[in-house]
Amino acid sequence: MSSELSPSLTRTAPPAPPNLEGLGGPSPSAAEPAAVAGSRPERSSRARRQRVRLALSALPLVLFILIAALGPLVFPYDSVTVRTGERLKPPGEILADGSRALLGTDQVGRDLLAQVLQGARISLLVGLATVAVAGLIGLLVGVLAGYYGGAVDAVSMRLADIQLAFPSILLAILIAAMLGPSVVNVIITLALTRWVTFARVARAATLATRERDFVTAARALGAGDRRLLGRHIIPSTVGPLVVIATVEVGLVIIAEASLSFLGLGTPSDQPSWGLVVANGRAYLNTAWWISTMPGLALSLVVLAVGRFGDQLRDTLDPRAASRA
Amino acid sequence: MTTYILRRLGFSVFVLWGALTIVFAAIRLAPGDPAQLMLGSDATAQDVASLRQRLGLDRPILIQYVDYLVRAVRLDLGVSLRLDQPAAQAILERFGETARLAATAMLLALGASFPLGIWAALRPRSPVDSFVSLVSLLGQSVPNFWLGIMFILLFARQLRLLPSGGAETWQHLILPAVTLALPLVGVLTRLVRSGMLDVLDEDYVRTAWAKGLPPRTVVTRHALINMLIPVVTVIGLQLGHLLGGAVIVETVFAWPGVGRLLVEAIGNRDYPLVQAAVVFITTGFVLINFLVDLSYGYLDPRVRLG
Repeated sequence: MSSELSPSLTRTAPPAPPNLEGLGGPSPSAAEPAAVAGSRPERSSRARRQRVRLALSALPLVLFILIAALGPLVFPYDSVTVRTGERLKPPGEILADGSRALLGTDQVGRDLLAQVLQGARISLLVGLATVAVAGLIGLLVGVLAGYYGGAVDAVSMRLADIQLAFPSILLAILIAAMLGPSVVNVIITLALTRWVTFARVARAATLATRERDFVTAARALGAGDRRLLGRHIIPSTVGPLVVIATVEVGLVIIAEASLSFLGLGTPSDQPSWGLVVANGRAYLNTAWWISTMPGLALSLVVLAVGRFGDQLRDTLDPRAASRA
Repeated sequence: MTTYILRRLGFSVFVLWGALTIVFAAIRLAPGDPAQLMLGSDATAQDVASLRQRLGLDRPILIQYVDYLVRAVRLDLGVSLRLDQPAAQAILERFGETARLAATAMLLALGASFPLGIWAALRPRSPVDSFVSLVSLLGQSVPNFWLGIMFILLFARQLRLLPSGGAETWQHLILPAVTLALPLVGVLTRLVRSGMLDVLDEDYVRTAWAKGLPPRTVVTRHALINMLIPVVTVIGLQLGHLLGGAVIVETVFAWPGVGRLLVEAIGNRDYPLVQAAVVFITTGFVLINFLVDLSYGYLDPRVRLG
């Protein structure tokens, strides 16, 4: 029970109440009786509505990915050129060369829009790469621990317990401070702090699947470990992992920005949103836009990721939809 | 119950040992010689060698490790390089401010999230519910370092209502505490809402309504009490995250707490102090969660832990 009680908090999915003996878990609430006892057409129209909602919530994310991919091509970011004549121009101001600084310029005259667009790339890259690395580590560890049990399970889950004893941003600060600022180091740092959630989810899914009849049947038919893992166990972990992954992308993007804000994330020639916000702190009296714009972009992206994660969870686990 | 307490205590000690080990390893596995890193690239070889000796870095790693653990048990967390005082003392001097900030933020978050969560749960799928969902989603999406800066812009620079940094008066506490509380409001409101929705479905709540009890009694005496355990669990976990979040919020608002001390120590490459601060905050987190585990037995008399 000890490991079940220790921290396993994810942002949008609060942990289930501790499963204490004699207490009983929450009853699945049937807020929509029609969905439970409903006839087939009702059910499928509900499912279709759900899919439409999911697609709609994915739109802002698609837009974000397009902006991150194409934006810097239209407004290229130049970290070197200093234009002292264009320092601290407010949003919308027309510059000497006739171009319009839509989001204003910073303390050395660099265009803020170009920085925000380049920052979108960094956020996207770090978010996806970290979740991919942490997800793979977590999948591997979780599936092996859940499938084989024994020492592998004991050691990896105790390690997970220890890691969860750190507030995750604190562990990230410690590792990032040791590795030094670079995009790759941020990805390493955040992957090291976030694999645990994936490992726990993969392990739980593995444990649930391992004892199912179809797995026993496959084993009885002579399937080896490799086939059981590849064909039956790992596929069963994908759904839960995808839900966790979307939540984690948002958390990782915030964590990267926070590290960069503290000067521990990206190096100073890479305009991560957190770094630009930190740069603007010294100019709050004269140039409010420097800190405001990248933070606004950051909040909107994380908000969009959060909405999509909620919709995805509701689609994959309709029972949770009525409650959360 | 005694067995349970002992088991949880054993687990906490194990986790603390692990955390100490991770901190020890992180500093020594880092690329480069810690002594060289602390002194910077223009230090003489002699200075580096003498610092290595002072920190014990010239001894075998196993000896260093054992010595480190023994000292940690005696609450000796080393000596800060810049402040020239024991790291533990430097941290304790600042800890009061961090505790004041985190406690205020927690109270604010509880005060906001319980009414909001209950309100939303009593009227599911209503405009009220959507509004509360939006607030909690915003609370979790807006990064706290940026929120803090926006508060400074609005309340300190534009409206000139509140101070932007420092910790002299109670007004100084408002902006950092609200900034630190907001993400927590998001998490707790969701939790209170879904917990209430579950409990409101229970037979005993229907019975309470059926026998004509006033809504206030049904909500507080029958529903609320029975959903406290998961909420208390998360509050325990979140207190730890508050300590982590405090690192950033203290930096934004120049709040003289342990978090800002940690960030300054990183900037100064004062690794003994970094190590001590991380160990200290983690210990606080582990202790809080130990207390949370103990509280289950009191919150629900049906729980027979063993």
